[in-house]
This record gives sequence, structure tokens and C-alpha cells, in this order.
Amino acid sequence: MAEATLAGVTVERDDEGFFKNPDDWKEEMAPELAKEIGIDPLTEAHWKVIRFMREDYKVKGQVPSIRRMKNEGGISTKDLYNLFPKGPAKKAAYIAGLGKPHGCI
Amino acid sequence: MSSDKIEKVSIIISQGSLEGVYPGLIMANGARMEGIDVNLFFTFFGLDAVITKRMDKLKVATVGNPAMHIPTLVGMLPGMSAMATKMMMKEMDKIDIPPVSEFIEMIHDTGAGIYACKATVDMFHLKKEDFCEYMDDIITVGDFYEMSHGGQIIFT
Repeated sequence: MAEATLAGVTVERDDEGFFKNPDDWKEEMAPELAKEIGIDPLTEAHWKVIRFMREDYKVKGQVPSIRRMKNEGGISTKDLYNLFPKGPAKKAAYIAGLGKPHGCI
Repeated sequence: MSSDKIEKVSIIISQGSLEGVYPGLIMANGARMEGIDVNLFFTFFGLDAVITKRMDKLKVATVGNPAMHIPTLVGMLPGMSAMATKMMMKEMDKIDIPPVSEFIEMIHDTGAGIYACKATVDMFHLKKEDFCEYMDDIITVGDFYEMSHGGQIIFT
């Protein structure tokens, strides 16, 4: 999956579908990305997570950990696991057009 | 997703030192992050990690631990263990590894089960009230095997 067209724009993605360049991402692409991994529809609660991840990535240069999303983003771990079942950090990063998270926490 | 993916793990934490507890907690949390079902089972001195009064007071062993790279006679000086613990906690915080109480709460919130070993609870004369609110139940070895059915068992 080297290149893909999302919301009419061609973007580069890695073998697992994560964005190679987070700057390529636009909000309109998120629903389609979510559908690819079985999350449909994207609710406002999902968007809260996606927006926090995007903002934090801009500042810190890395995908925030689940702990950071809880402590800095005000997103409870329970909610995160309910919104993005079976792998919240990866799934949320996938939809937010960020690279695959590398942290262990 | 390949079909040979691990779907369930039971992790046993049997030691009460900081370095004895954290690997199991990190593996449990990491498994949940991958969508793997997790049961965490605390036994013997590992129980300290879910005992309210003790969970945030775990220490690094500075004696009998050759990988600390300090001589045993230095490791036994008063305050050495506390200092090593403080340093390690500081480094862990930098990479977002929480203190034990926060970590247990997080792991509980991921949907993992947290259990205490009945034999140890009886041996140490502990009560349910001694444990943090996130410890789900005190269970027997038999219960543990029953709930571990169909998964991998990891002993730490």
C-alpha cells in the first residue's frame, strides 16, 4: 500500500496503511481511514482523540502515549479502549494520519 | 491480522521489588494495546504491587543484583535502595511509565483482570480491604488455570 487516494488526494502510506507524512492528512480523510479498520461512524468522542493526537504530535513530534492522552488530553483509558477497540493507540494514530506509534506504554 | 496471533495472556507477578513488578505490568499493558486479552495474577511478594499501602513504595534491590553494577557492600549502605529507586522512577517517568498505583488503574481501565493469589493472602493474613480498588478478586490456583484457558501463561 504505497500510495492511496483519500478524499481525492494521493497520499503515501506504509505497508500497514499508516501515513508516511502526517502533513498529507486532512480531516475529510478520517472517516474513510476509520472505515478501513472497522470504525464507523466517527463520533465527536473519536474526534476529540484525533484532534488531541494531531495537536500533541505537532508540539512533541511523536504520537502521544495512552498515559499522555489520559493525563494531558483528558481522555480516560476506558473511553479510549471503548472508542478504538483492540489496539487504541494504533487505531487512533491510523485514523489521525500519524505514523505507527513506537512507544511501549 | 494473521490467524496465529496471540489472543490471550495470563501474566503472573511473583516478586515485590520494583524491577520484579514493572516488567509484568508493562507486558500486561502492552498486550492490551495490541488487543490481546489479559489477566494479571499477583502472588507471593508480588502482592505488594496491589496492596494500597505498599504499591507506591516498591524499591529496587541494590544488594544481590549484579546488574546494578555496584559492589554489594556499597549497595547495602542506608539509602542506596531509595536513591536507586528514585533515579529509576525518574527515568521511567520520562518515557511515560507511570507509578505503580497509576499503572494498575490504567491496566484495569484497559479491561484487564487483576487478581490476587488466595494462598498468599491466607499466608500473610491479608484482607480484601488491604488491596487497591482495582484488584478484582482473590482467587485460587484452580480459578487461575480456569480463567487462563486458551491463552499463554507468562511467569515473572
